[in-house]
Amino acid sequence: MAEDLVKVLADLKEEEALKIVADRLGADEEPLKILEDARRAMEIVGKRFADGEYFIPDLVYSGEILKGINELVKPKLAGAGETKRVGKIVFGTVAGDIHDIGKNIVVFMLDVNGFEVYDLGVDVPAQAFVDKIKESGAPIVGLSGFLSLAFDSMKETVEAIKAAGLRDKVKIMIGGGQMSDEIKKYTGADAYGQDAMAGVALAAKWSGASE
Amino acid sequence: MEKQWEEMTLEEKQESLFARWISPEGVKFVSPEAEKAYKERTTRFKNALQIKTKPDRVPVLLIPSFAPAYYSGLTPHDVMYNYDKITPAWKKFSLDFQPDSHGGCAVPSPGKFLDILDFKLYKWPGHGVSKDTTYQCIEGEYMRADEYDILINNPLYFFYYIWPSRVFGALEPIATLPHLSCVTEMYGVAFPFIPYGTPPIKAAYQALLEAGDEALKWIQVVGGFDVEMPALGFPAHQAGPTKAPFDVIGDTLRGTKGIMMDMYRQPDKLIEAMEILTPMFIQLGVDAAKNAGNPLIFMPLHKGADGFLSDDQYKKFYWPTLRKVIMGLVDEGCFPFIWAEGGYNSRLEVIRDLPKGKTAWLFDQTNMTKAKEALDGIACVAGNMPMDLLTVGTTQEAIDHTKRLIDTCGKNGGYIMANGAFFDEVRWENLRAIVDTVKEYGVYK
Repeated sequence: MAEDLVKVLADLKEEEALKIVADRLGADEEPLKILEDARRAMEIVGKRFADGEYFIPDLVYSGEILKGINELVKPKLAGAGETKRVGKIVFGTVAGDIHDIGKNIVVFMLDVNGFEVYDLGVDVPAQAFVDKIKESGAPIVGLSGFLSLAFDSMKETVEAIKAAGLRDKVKIMIGGGQMSDEIKKYTGADAYGQDAMAGVALAAKWSGASE
Repeated sequence: MEKQWEEMTLEEKQESLFARWISPEGVKFVSPEAEKAYKERTTRFKNALQIKTKPDRVPVLLIPSFAPAYYSGLTPHDVMYNYDKITPAWKKFSLDFQPDSHGGCAVPSPGKFLDILDFKLYKWPGHGVSKDTTYQCIEGEYMRADEYDILINNPLYFFYYIWPSRVFGALEPIATLPHLSCVTEMYGVAFPFIPYGTPPIKAAYQALLEAGDEALKWIQVVGGFDVEMPALGFPAHQAGPTKAPFDVIGDTLRGTKGIMMDMYRQPDKLIEAMEILTPMFIQLGVDAAKNAGNPLIFMPLHKGADGFLSDDQYKKFYWPTLRKVIMGLVDEGCFPFIWAEGGYNSRLEVIRDLPKGKTAWLFDQTNMTKAKEALDGIACVAGNMPMDLLTVGTTQEAIDHTKRLIDTCGKNGGYIMANGAFFDEVRWENLRAIVDTVKEYGVYK
């Protein structure tokens, strides 16, 4: 039955997935085992997205199915199980910009790839990034933006991180709408990721290098 | 005797609209030079668009967001709340940069109008975002997942009552208003009117009347620009906009997440609703073209871009009704000017399925070599002046990119230089260099 859940969730079969979860909980199975299967399924979803087999609607839908599973499992969960995380990342859409579709996709992909993501949301002031880097000790920062006004907000955020004495402690990636390598240079970030997979690859490279 | 509209072929309809655009009735040109420039520009566009005749040079059009305000040292808030400031700024922008057309000056929606109605769909300068930035849409489910049947069975009721009650705070009470379909006899005639005597409905209608006054004040300014610019020699590059049905639902009815859920949970309802919207959005474009005497209908595309949908999803959910809207416009003599925002590399094969010389495709981040290859002999291509070059590139880089685009896409005509995405504050010297380069380098010999 474990394989069934992994397969139907990875194949985005909502009703079947929820039914299997309900049945397994009904049979008094350990809730953490169910969540572990769900996590394995989401890894497959992430891989299929990276391979170009799945697209944004499929990711978004898998997230919704997972939400449904979590709602079923949560009441039975005594204590939260700790998943091993491979690295920490502070992420957010920069000041003045409220777009979050792209950011949410990258955060999702980082999450299924084992990163601990501190998602600060949208329209995030530079100081909030600085505060979170200090508090979490995360060595990686992701700046998202859709509008061209984000070019300057990103530049200001990078400068604020520098002014706080943290620039040599973090690697900074940018992405979204009209971003490019040119804009990376302009903002003083370390890298530009064209899509969510590029973001994950950068995070993997940087967290490996920083260990 | 002239043929009636209904008797014309689609080619004749299109030629008739182009003729009205090239020789507009009632325009009092400020000088013979302005008249000459106007004719040259419209003819240049027509030749590039129809891909039958090579134009004298590559046409250049600019589609600014709040750029004209910034260029005049104004904030978006300034122009949204002081309508008198709009026209001088937008006019200065056109006169200084001298593109081949103008796109109207309706980007700054009237701020006070939005305040009166308590518009919920966007944040705008001074209302959720700072006064010096552009407006931004708030994603949400303004139509619920279980409301497809209302949209499908009664679209006008949906757009008259339900939709406004969700996106305008001041109009929330109108969602409770009854149909007037029961008023068919003397008996009971007053019943459905009882709510109109109650304070919430009165307040909603009062807000509507005030908003109407404000909209009228605004259009008197904005409308004047549309009269003045042709007289100065600048044709309008659009009669009005329309949209792809998938974007209508995905942008602001169900939202991105909502429509993506619907693709899985209720695909048939989604498709049926898009079919219902199709004739409405054809009519929107056709009416605009006929009223303005201009065949060009802009269609900004959003959620069908690379990465948003798989090939199969695009072919099943996005393209069929988009194509129907395009063909509905073409059948009525309109010339759809389709603006593929984001990347469209994975869609080039699909969009080839269109009649020759009846559409133009303005690309944002698509590979232009491949776009030109795919659409050669099928459609005019346009765009691709990138935001990064406009905003942080050197002037030389902007010039080089312009020349590359003309070399790649301009061969044998069929290319229009344009920015790829709406722009605000950019390096003005780069913008000027792009327009000037097109005028020198883009001449066909």
